Amino acid sequence: MRAEHASAEPAAVAFERTDDAALIVRLSGQWRMRHGLPSGDLLTRELMRSTGIRRVAFDTSQLGAWDSALVVFVTRIIEICRTRKVNEDRAGLPAGLQRMLELAEAVPDKKEARVSAIRASIAERVGRASLEYFGGVTDFIDFLGAFAIALGRLVTGRARFRRIDLVIEIQDCGARAFGIVTLISFLVGVILAFMGAVQLQQFGASIYVADLVAIGMVRDMGAMMTAIIMAGRTGAAFAAQLGTMKVTQEIDALTTMGLDPMQFLVLPRVLALILMMPLLCVYSDLMGIMGGAAVGAGMLNISLTSYMRETTAAIQLGGAFGGIFKATVYGAIIGIAGCLRGFQCGSSSSAVGEATTSAVVTGIVYVVVACGIFAVLFHILGL
Amino acid sequence: MSEPDTVDSAQPPARRPQPHIIVRDLTIAYGDFVLMRGLNFVVNRGEVFIVMGGSGCGKSTLLRVLLGLKEPATGEIFYGDFNFIRADSEARERQLRRFGVLYQGGALWSSMTLAENVGLPLGEFTDLSSAEIREVASLKLSLVGLKGFEDYYPSQISGGMQKRAGLARAIALDPEVLFLDEPSAGLDPITSRLLDELILEIRDTLGATIVVVTHELASIFAIGDNSVFLDADSHTMIAGGNPRAMLEKTADPRVRRFLTRGDQSEQDRASR
Ligand SMILES: Nc1ncnc2c1ncn2[C@@H]1O[C@H](COP(=O)(O)OP(=O)(O)OP(=O)(O)O)[C@@H](O)[C@H]1O
Ligand SMILES: [Mg+2]
Repeated sequence: MRAEHASAEPAAVAFERTDDAALIVRLSGQWRMRHGLPSGDLLTRELMRSTGIRRVAFDTSQLGAWDSALVVFVTRIIEICRTRKVNEDRAGLPAGLQRMLELAEAVPDKKEARVSAIRASIAERVGRASLEYFGGVTDFIDFLGAFAIALGRLVTGRARFRRIDLVIEIQDCGARAFGIVTLISFLVGVILAFMGAVQLQQFGASIYVADLVAIGMVRDMGAMMTAIIMAGRTGAAFAAQLGTMKVTQEIDALTTMGLDPMQFLVLPRVLALILMMPLLCVYSDLMGIMGGAAVGAGMLNISLTSYMRETTAAIQLGGAFGGIFKATVYGAIIGIAGCLRGFQCGSSSSAVGEATTSAVVTGIVYVVVACGIFAVLFHILGL
Repeated sequence: MSEPDTVDSAQPPARRPQPHIIVRDLTIAYGDFVLMRGLNFVVNRGEVFIVMGGSGCGKSTLLRVLLGLKEPATGEIFYGDFNFIRADSEARERQLRRFGVLYQGGALWSSMTLAENVGLPLGEFTDLSSAEIREVASLKLSLVGLKGFEDYYPSQISGGMQKRAGLARAIALDPEVLFLDEPSAGLDPITSRLLDELILEIRDTLGATIVVVTHELASIFAIGDNSVFLDADSHTMIAGGNPRAMLEKTADPRVRRFLTRGDQSEQDRASR
């Protein structure tokens, strides 16, 4: 701020008691923020030691250059004086510093505005967390209901959204996802075949690798792997897009224009995912079987024709449709989880990050839970 | 309006004020923290109503409550005879379609061009063809001085321009009530003066009721017909009425400080 006669001494504080119940604080040397701050405890100790002090004054005749470091330190001293009901005499301080203190005090501290950070007990925190968790489930179901209403409006032709949005979303979660689905599904097929081959070779039954891969991919793994890819890819994107729109009040702008964000934003996104997931799932099944065939041909010396014949014999229509149905449901889960987390986003950029993470976690958790439910259900139904 | 047979000129010059927005005993809270209580005011049809007060006192929040984006803790809001707080969401939506809103940050839809932003409500709520929509959008953009920026995306224009584009979108459907949250913040003095003129023009030609949140003293005195002053410390409104009359009459030092930018000499002169 200002360099008076340049004394290169480091910042120092000294206390001196005078007769008239006053304590003089002598500030000297260079007060720079980059050199750190002396502690205010010294004054507290000084005040404790000597009784009868009614006034604290300042002496800055030896003070060198100073910046906000000194302002902070003096503010601390003033705070201590306030709490101990000692008067402070600012006359000895540099004029610039006095003005800064006045500015800082011009707007009184808003105590009520301070967010209280009281640490709750562990029992309370566990309780709150579980309530929040189950609240999360009901939020999800609420959102699902609202989405169903929007879908109903779509069916009756009264839904308001831009058709072009639906096309863009379909392109994004359909065509653009092919590459990654190809890679992952092929590798999953390879892994399944490998795991099976090691065991089946011992019995000379390596041809059954084809059955294993086909049934595994078609019934569960195809849908599951696509779901996990789409949760990380598209569910996260939904949450980030809607979360950002929440932060910038774009969603409010839709609402106050009489455009329901559920129809306008959620409907095209979730619908695109519901439409594309079955297709991606079938494609993923195919890729997985190709992966299995690659292992069969390369490692087990099974000819491609016999591998394919075995595969077609193994796949049952019911199982294949089951897998496609599961994929559709997973698509709805992922899309709704992504949009829900986006809508629940707070109003800061870090909240968008949290919403994105939470969308992926929620999506995958609910998909796995649904997978378990399907397994039991299909078993009971004998599929 | 020059034609002698228009409705406006047929009415006597001093029209009886017709209440348009009625706020009764409104309390606004975030959780346990009461932001504002005891809000009572009436906005008349066709006037520019200013909401003023220090930064962070709750002006934007009051706007959110008036728009139904946030539920009040207690109290009632009427638009004409329409009970907004009690209404179901469908009736509210119908009411909202007659409003135009400019948000503090602009809130343009970032995935659409300016023309699409302004045109979206036209496409959804009118029978205009897409060429006509484009024409109307261009007109609205030129009203706010953004002619030629139709195909820009919001991220490609400056903050002040985003504000103006937001205003163009707000007036797209010729709304009955226009809510503007700090329309002139971030604009240079001349543009902000033009904006004031545009606001008065909208009021006079469309007969719109306009609620403006602003700190800009020049605007407050230039366009304000009526106002309410919110105070952060006492959590309520502490003054209201025509801003120019308020400056002359008010005895409250907080209001006086605000209206004179805290300038002591002007306060003394005004109180003399
Ligand atoms: N989501 C929230 N949760 C809790 N408190 C909030 C929230 N949003 C705003 N507030 C508080 O409400 C108060 C008023 O905020 P608001 O945005 O309405 O102020 P404002 O009068 O519009 O200010 P400015 O003129 O700076 O725009 C602030 O003190 C803020 O801390
Ligand atoms: Mg505000």
